[in-house]
Amino acid sequence: MSTPPVTDGHSHDEPVDENLPARDDLYANPGLEEHHWRPTDVDPKAEKRAERQVAALFTLSALCTVLLLVAYFTIDADDTIGGLGAQNLAFGLCLAGALLGIGIGIIQWARKLMADVEIVEYRHPAASSEEDRAVTIQALSDGLEESGIGRRPLVRNSLLGAVGLLGLPAVVFLRDLGPTNAQVVANPPFPGSGLEHTVWTKGMRVVRDVVGSPIRPSDLEIGDLVNAEPEALFNGGEDGEPMEGVALQVAKSKGAVVVVRIEPDEITPGKGRENWSVDGILCYSKICTHVGCPISLYERTTHHLLCPCHQSTFDLADSARVVFGPAARPLPQLALAVDDEGYLVAQADFDEPVGPSYWERG
Amino acid sequence: MRLLNRSAGRLSRHRRGPLAGLLVIIAGLLLTGGLFTAIVNTTAQADETASSADQVAQGRDLFLVSCAFCHGQNGEGIRTEDGNQIGPSLVGVGAAAVDFQVGTGRMPMAQPGAQVPSKPELFDDEETAALAAYVASLGPGPAIPTEEDYSIEGLSDEEREAAISRGGQIFLTNCTACHNFEGSGGAMPHGGYAPNLHETSARHIYEAMLTGPQNMPNFANGNLSPDEKRDVIAYLYSLREMPNYGGFGLGGLGPVPEGMAAWLLGIGLLVGFAIWIAAHTTRTNKKKVDA
Repeated sequence: MSTPPVTDGHSHDEPVDENLPARDDLYANPGLEEHHWRPTDVDPKAEKRAERQVAALFTLSALCTVLLLVAYFTIDADDTIGGLGAQNLAFGLCLAGALLGIGIGIIQWARKLMADVEIVEYRHPAASSEEDRAVTIQALSDGLEESGIGRRPLVRNSLLGAVGLLGLPAVVFLRDLGPTNAQVVANPPFPGSGLEHTVWTKGMRVVRDVVGSPIRPSDLEIGDLVNAEPEALFNGGEDGEPMEGVALQVAKSKGAVVVVRIEPDEITPGKGRENWSVDGILCYSKICTHVGCPISLYERTTHHLLCPCHQSTFDLADSARVVFGPAARPLPQLALAVDDEGYLVAQADFDEPVGPSYWERG
Repeated sequence: MRLLNRSAGRLSRHRRGPLAGLLVIIAGLLLTGGLFTAIVNTTAQADETASSADQVAQGRDLFLVSCAFCHGQNGEGIRTEDGNQIGPSLVGVGAAAVDFQVGTGRMPMAQPGAQVPSKPELFDDEETAALAAYVASLGPGPAIPTEEDYSIEGLSDEEREAAISRGGQIFLTNCTACHNFEGSGGAMPHGGYAPNLHETSARHIYEAMLTGPQNMPNFANGNLSPDEKRDVIAYLYSLREMPNYGGFGLGGLGPVPEGMAAWLLGIGLLVGFAIWIAAHTTRTNKKKVDA
């Protein structure tokens, strides 16, 4: 393999200072270094050895693939090795071996056996020549001139109108993908549908999440936190059965609440909310007003409720005022009362929409 | 009948044997000893009730030395003039709170701060019990739970499985927000953290739910029933025995450490390997011999 001829990259049409010697004479062109061959290029034994290495790596890969299949059929999915799942561990190791065997084999092949050539590639300016650019611009302006788009405003404007109107079907069709909030409110498909409403109603019991048992004020001590749900989740379905499907998801996603009991002296009741608590028991929406994460990181000494997603912090003793973070509104408060049997109930639905702010809310 | 006669006969044959006297003496001694222990035990129990006053007194002595500086000489709590709490009142926190705080080494506190860390206990079991008895005597509060409160030993296999799955749901609803879905703990505001629950004993987990230590909310018995607390503990214990089917758990902290391991370790190793390959292409000074 001979080295390619080396030409210098300078063009000779630049003005040359006559007081200086010609540039090529200033330093002799050193040319390219002598090419050093790889051992595999000059020693047939080394070449054979490398060939065997590459083949061995590919064989190792094949072996790992076979072992992978063997592991799939022979290892029980419940078996463990050192606290790890035996089957997954075998899959991982075998697949890694199979892929690495092929990858390392190819690299070894390229490094030791494939052609060993040094190539010189000179850099050229990326732009097209002035001539090419002029031709292109000319062609473009000729085309514009021939189409007469500047001369015939009627054609141009009617085309623009037709193309613009094509956007309208997209708006209409996409709007039809789901009911608007106004449609949902006018004809609610589930109890508590729509952005402004939840499943809570006057007299609905506040029950513990998961177990669904109602709560007496005397059950709770100062510092208690209950993750609670509207009772309708557990008896609002058909024939008093638990809710199911979309109705359940809609009710749960907006109706989840946290109930806390705080020393009554430490509570600053909001304006008009003086009778919303029962013996220091307060109830707030669990859905963060920032982007709607469910929150229950509660600190009993500070009464702060922290959202884990973006660190919005609400002071539950002070109408869930935002004390830190990106949330713009306090958590909606659910007015509590006690029913005839002594259990906590809602006085009414939330008096404002729960969850994140939205366009029409203002 | 014949069998009985025969063994009776065998016994009577042995009654004059050389070891018979010795056996009779041993049997007699065991009987007397057993009776004596039984009788003495009842008196010892009576003594224990009497000694609980001593225990309270011992607890008070320990309290005055180790706790009164912050909690006041009668456990009434101390506030500074500007209203900051130095130590809260211990009236009504109950023996369970003391058993948790002292038994996990959180109290006595080394220094005030955002977090009261668990550390090697300062008091032995007897002293902790004495302190608990003293604080319990200040006002009614939750008692130290017994093993049957938090153990699922007595349940059948099916009941255990049901308990673990119910406990899991309760844990995921009430506890994961702070303690992570695997109980690995997590960060809290102002430099605090919710501790890891993997090493905490069942009794201490139960007491923590019962009393709400430091910033943790209470899950008193009216909030989570004793059975629900037991189920949560059963779930946490089942997590400890759970093998990592998906590979190394990396602390169960979620996608951040997993992503870091994949990007830094995995891709870092591959990049390092590629650089190593590129840097190690050997060359020789030998010339090629044209064949």
